[in-house]
Amino acid sequence: MIPLIITLLLPLISSLLILFMNKENVKLIKYFTLISSLITFLISLFLLFNFNNTNPDIQYYINVTWVSSLDAGFRIGLDGMSLLLVMLITFISPIAILSSFDSIKTREKEYYFMILLLQFAMVGVFTALDTFLFYIFWELILIPMYFIIGIWGGKNRLYATVKFFIFTMVGSLFMLVAIIWLGNYVGNEILKTGFTTDYLKIKEVANLIPLNYQNWLFWAFAISFFIKVPLFPLHTWLPDAHTEAPTAGSVILAAILLKMGTYGLIRFNLEFFTSASIANASLISIFAVIGIIYGALVAAIQTDIKKLVAYSSVSHLGFVVLGIFSMTAIGIQGAIIQMVNHGLSTGMLFLLVGIIYERRHTREISEYGGIARIMPVYATFFAIAMFSSVGLPGLNGFVGEYLTLIGAFTSPILNSWGYAIAASTGVIFAAVYLLWMYQRVFFGTVDNPSNLNLKDLSKREWAFLVPIVIFIVWIGLHPSTFTNISENSTRKLVNKIENVKFGITPYPELLKNSNLKTNSNQINNNKIGK
Amino acid sequence: MTPEMLLNLSIVILLIPILDFAFLIFFGKKLGRASGFIGTSVLGIDLILALIVAFVRLTQYPNETMQQYKFDWINLGNTSVTLGIGIDNLTAIMLIVVTLISFLVHLFSMEYMREDSRFSRFYAYLGLFTFSMLGIVIANNFLNMFIFWELVGVSSYLLIGFWYEKDSAANAGKKAFIVNRIGDLGFLIGLMIIYSTYGTFIFEDVFGKIHAGILPFNSGFWLTLMGILVFGGAIGKSAQFPLHVWLPDAMEGPTPVSALIHAATMVAAGVYLTARVYPMFTADALLFIAYIGALTAFIAATIAITQVDFKRVLAYSTVSQLGYMVMGLGVGAFTSGFMHLVTHAWFKALLFLASGSVIHAMHHSMHKAHNHDMDPQDIRNMGGLRKTMPITYITFLFATIAISGIPFTSGFLSKDGILAGTLAFGELSGHWFIPIAGFGAAAITAFYMFRLTIIAFHGKPKTSIAEHTHENNGFITIPLIILAVLSLWFFYSMNPLNPDEGWFHQRTQAPQSAVPASLMWNFMNPEKEINANENINVSNNRLHTISNELNKTGIPAFLVTHTLVSQPKVETEFKETLHHAHVPAMILSLIVAISGIILSFVYYQFKVYDPDSIVNLYPWLYKGSFNKWFFDEIYQATFINGTIGLAKVGAWFDFNVIDGIVNFVAAIGRGLGHITGIFDFHIIDGLVNLSAKISGWLGTALRKPQSGTIQAYLVLTVLGLVVLILLFI
Repeated sequence: MIPLIITLLLPLISSLLILFMNKENVKLIKYFTLISSLITFLISLFLLFNFNNTNPDIQYYINVTWVSSLDAGFRIGLDGMSLLLVMLITFISPIAILSSFDSIKTREKEYYFMILLLQFAMVGVFTALDTFLFYIFWELILIPMYFIIGIWGGKNRLYATVKFFIFTMVGSLFMLVAIIWLGNYVGNEILKTGFTTDYLKIKEVANLIPLNYQNWLFWAFAISFFIKVPLFPLHTWLPDAHTEAPTAGSVILAAILLKMGTYGLIRFNLEFFTSASIANASLISIFAVIGIIYGALVAAIQTDIKKLVAYSSVSHLGFVVLGIFSMTAIGIQGAIIQMVNHGLSTGMLFLLVGIIYERRHTREISEYGGIARIMPVYATFFAIAMFSSVGLPGLNGFVGEYLTLIGAFTSPILNSWGYAIAASTGVIFAAVYLLWMYQRVFFGTVDNPSNLNLKDLSKREWAFLVPIVIFIVWIGLHPSTFTNISENSTRKLVNKIENVKFGITPYPELLKNSNLKTNSNQINNNKIGK
Repeated sequence: MTPEMLLNLSIVILLIPILDFAFLIFFGKKLGRASGFIGTSVLGIDLILALIVAFVRLTQYPNETMQQYKFDWINLGNTSVTLGIGIDNLTAIMLIVVTLISFLVHLFSMEYMREDSRFSRFYAYLGLFTFSMLGIVIANNFLNMFIFWELVGVSSYLLIGFWYEKDSAANAGKKAFIVNRIGDLGFLIGLMIIYSTYGTFIFEDVFGKIHAGILPFNSGFWLTLMGILVFGGAIGKSAQFPLHVWLPDAMEGPTPVSALIHAATMVAAGVYLTARVYPMFTADALLFIAYIGALTAFIAATIAITQVDFKRVLAYSTVSQLGYMVMGLGVGAFTSGFMHLVTHAWFKALLFLASGSVIHAMHHSMHKAHNHDMDPQDIRNMGGLRKTMPITYITFLFATIAISGIPFTSGFLSKDGILAGTLAFGELSGHWFIPIAGFGAAAITAFYMFRLTIIAFHGKPKTSIAEHTHENNGFITIPLIILAVLSLWFFYSMNPLNPDEGWFHQRTQAPQSAVPASLMWNFMNPEKEINANENINVSNNRLHTISNELNKTGIPAFLVTHTLVSQPKVETEFKETLHHAHVPAMILSLIVAISGIILSFVYYQFKVYDPDSIVNLYPWLYKGSFNKWFFDEIYQATFINGTIGLAKVGAWFDFNVIDGIVNFVAAIGRGLGHITGIFDFHIIDGLVNLSAKISGWLGTALRKPQSGTIQAYLVLTVLGLVVLILLFI
C-alpha cells in the first residue's frame, strides 16, 4: 500500500517543492525533477515485485473517506491491467524528463513543475477506483498538458492546445453527467444505500441497469474515451497536438495520455456496462478497423515526420480498440500489451524525431536524406523503433498486433472474421509509410549541406533510448513476463462478459474464491485486495 | 548420439550466427577487416556442426518422425502458444544447404567486399540472415516459421539496401520488404484461421486435427483457402507470380548477397514452407500451387531471354526455377520438387558467385583503365572471358549445364523428376497446361543460359575492359570450385539417370496427406480404408470449446515423416503413373533442352541467323519480354497510385471534412461569442449605461435649480404657494 501512495504522491510533492526553488538555478531544478522521477520509478518496482499475479482482483486497495455526502472516497488500487500501465508511466516519465534537458530553454521551472504535476495526475487516473476521483484526475491532466503545449510548443501551438483542451473537455462533460446519473441510479435505485461513486460497488451491480439506460451511459463514457484514444473520426486533435507539443509532451501524450481512453474503455465500459458493450461491439470495431487503415493511409503522405508518427498512432490505437471490443481474453490481453508497446515504440519515435529536430529545427522529410551516413547510430535506433512499429516478430509490436487480431478473429461476440482480415491489411500499410519515410530521411545521398555536420547521438540520448530498446526486445522475445501480470484480471473480465452473453464461464478456476452466480447477472462479493 | 543431443546441437547451430551478429554489430568497427575472418570462421564451425547433425539424423534416425523440443511462449486464455524446434530429414538437409552456402558466401565476400567502408556491418548482416534462415528451417510450428520468416525479410531489406546511397538500392530494399509483406498478409491470415480452428501452431498437431476431420468453419473450402493463404507467404518470399517483381530489383544488393539470399536460400524458403506444410493442402490448393508455379516458371523464362544485365538474367532464371519447384510440389512430385530446391541452391549460388567473380574482375579492369562510366554488369560489354577467367568460366559452365538439365548433373535428376510429375499430373487430371509450361520453360532455360554463357564468355572481347580482366584469387575461386563439384550427380544418387534409389529420394518421401479423402485428388488417395474417426463434426467452432473438446478426445498428433522406402510403401495411382512417365519425360526433356542449346549456339555462337531478325519480325514480343511484360508499370499505375490516391483522399478528408466540421463548430462558438459580446456591450451594458446616463442627466437637470441663491429660492417658494393655492381652491 505504501509504495502505491508514494508512487502517486511523490511527483505531486516534488512538483510543489520546485515552486520553492530559485528559477535561475536551472540545473538544480532539472536534476531534482529527474531524480524524483527515478525514485518514483524505483518505488513503483516494489508494486511490481509484490504483486500477486494469480489474484485477479484489486490489490494495494486504499479507501479513505472524503466527501461523505457523495460517498466519494479517496479509493485507489491496482489490478494487473492498471499495474502495467502505471509501470509504463513511471518508466516513461524519467525518459521524457531527460529528453527535455536540452530542448527546453525557457521557463524551466514552470516546465518541470508541469511535468511532475502531469505525472501525478496520470498515475491518479490509472489507480483511481472511485468515479469521482477518476474524474478529478482525468480533468487535472488537461491543465499541465494545456500549458506544456501552449507555452513550449511549436509555431501553431495555441490552435493545437485549445483544440486539444476543448475536444477533451467536451467528452468529459458527457462522462461527468453519466457519473452523476450512475451514482444516483446505482446508489438509490439498485443498492438503496444512497448516492455512491465507489467503483467496486458500482461494478458489481452496474450491469443490472436496464439496457436502454445502459446504452446512454455507455455512450456517455465511451465518447469521452474515444476522443482520448482517439478513435476515428474523433482523432483530428491528435496530429495537431502531437506536432505542436515539445518532444517530452508528445512522448507523454502518445505513451500515456492516449492509453487513458483505452484503459477507460476496459475499466468502465466493459466492466460497468457489459451488456451495452456487447451490443455495441460490432459498430465500434468497424470504426476501429477504419481507423487502422485510414490512419495508416493518411500517415503515408505526410511530409512532416512528427505528423506521420501522429497518424500512425491513430492506426495503432485502432488495434487496441479492436482487441478490447473483441471481448476475448486474447484480444484484451493483446490490447493491453499493445498499449504498452505503442507507448514504447511511438514514444521512442517521438524521442528520435525530437533529437533530429533539436539539431536541424525542421521536421520536413524533404529536408533530409542520407542521414544514415552522417548519423549511423541514430539511424540504427530509428530502424529499431521503426521495425517495432511495423510489427516485426521478435520485437514488441508483433505480439500486440497479432494477439488483438487473433482475438478479433476468434471473438464469439464479433462473430465474424471480416474485422480481423480487414484490420490485418494495416500491417502492409504500416510497412509502406514507415519504410518510405525511412528511405527518404536516411537513405540516398546527402543533398542538403546543412545536414553534413550533424552530430550523432550524445551520451544523454543513448541513456534514454537504450532502456526503451531493452523493453522492445524483451516484450518481443518473452511477452509472458508482461502478459502474465494482467492475465487473471483479463480472464475475470472475460468471465463476466461471457457470462452475460452466453451464460458460461470460460475460466472457472477464477471462481474458486468468489461466488459468482452463473445463472443471473453477476454479483461477486469477493474480498478486495490483499 | 541421443535425440536430445541432436536437438541441443541444433539450438547451438541456430544461436551461433546471432551471437556473431551481435558481436560484429558492437565491435565490428574496431575489428575492421578482422570481422570478415571472425564471421567466416564462426560460420565454418556452424557448418561443421550442421554436417554432424545432418549426418546423425540421416543415418541414425532416418525413419523417425520429427524430433522436437517445445516450450510455452505466451499463455492465452485456455491455451498457450507453444513454440519449438524440430529436426527431421528435410531439416537436416536444409541445415547443410544454408550453412554451407552461407559459409562459402562469407569466404567469397572476404575478397569481393574488401574495399567496402562498411565491411564489418556487411558481415554482421550476413550473420543475422543466417540466423533467421536457420530459424525457418528448424521451426516445428507455423508461428516460429512466421517469426523467422519476417526476420529473414528484414535481413534481406538491410542487405539489398546495403549500398543505400544508391536510390535504386534503397528503393529495391523497400520494394522487396513491402511486396513480401503482401504475401505475408496471406500467411498471417492463414495463421489466424489455424489458431482459431486448432488452438495450436505445432505442425503435427494441426495436421493431426485436420486428419481427424476438424476443418476450419467446418468446410473444405476453408481448408483449401487456409492452405492457399499460407502458401501466400511462399508466393511473396519465393517470388512467385504475381509477386515476383521484387526479386530482379533485389539484384541491387551486393552480388554475394544475391547468391546467398536471392538465389539459394531465402527465396527457397517459400518452397520449403510449401514442402513443410504439404499434408494440409487439398486437391484444389495443390492445383492452385501447381498453376502458380507453372505460370511463374514460364513467364520468368520468357523475360530472361532478352535481358542484358548479367545478374538480371540470373534473377529471372531464379524466379523461373523457383516456379519449377513450386510446380513440382503442386503436382505431387514432392521429392523432386524439394530436391530441386537443394540442387538449384548449389548451381544457382554458383552462377551468382561466378557472376560476382566476373563483375569483380570487370570492376578491377575498369579501375585500372580509369573508366567509371561503363556498366560492369552489362553482358554486351563482356565477351571472351573464357580466356582471361578460366576457372570462373569452367565452373559457370558446370552450373549452366546443370540448370539446363543435362544428364550427369544434379539439375537433371531433380528437373527430370518434376517434369515427369507434371506429365503424370497432366495425364491424370487433364490439366495439360502445366506440363506444357514446364517443358516449354525447360527449353527456354537451356536457350537463355547458353545465350548468357556465349555472349559473356565466348567470342572476342567486346570492350578493352573485358580484354584486360584477370582471374580472381582463391577467396573467390575456391567457393566456385566447391559448388561446381556439388552440381554433379553422384552426391544424390549413384545412378545418373534415375535418382529413385539414391539416399536423397529414399529419405525425403512425400508425407502422407492429412486432408479428408473427399478433398484429395482421387489419384493421390492411398488405396486403403479411411480412418474411422474421419468425421468428427464440431458444431461450435469457438476456440475454447474446441480446444476443450480436443483435449478430451485426445486426437493423436499427425506424424509428419519422410521415411525410407523400406517402410510399407503407400501406393497411389499417381505414383504408378509417375513411374511410367519417367522415361518419356526424360526423353522429352532431353530433346527440349538440347534443342534450346543448339538454337542458342546457332544464334549467338555461330551466328547463323541474326537474333535481331526475330526482334524485327515480332517487335511486340521483344518489347514485352525486354520490359518484363510491364508488370512494374501495371502495378505502379494500379496499386501504388491507387494507394497514394486513396491516402490523398484520406488526408483531404481529414483536413477539410473532419477538421472542417471541428473548425466550423469552433467558428459557430466564436460567432455566438461575438453576438453575446455585442449583446453584452451594446444592450446589457447599454442599458446599464443608459440608466446611469439617465440618472446623470436627471442629476444635471435637477442640479440647476439648486443654485444656492436665496432670491431664487424665494421666487420658487412663492411660485409653489401660488400653485398650491390654485390647486386647492
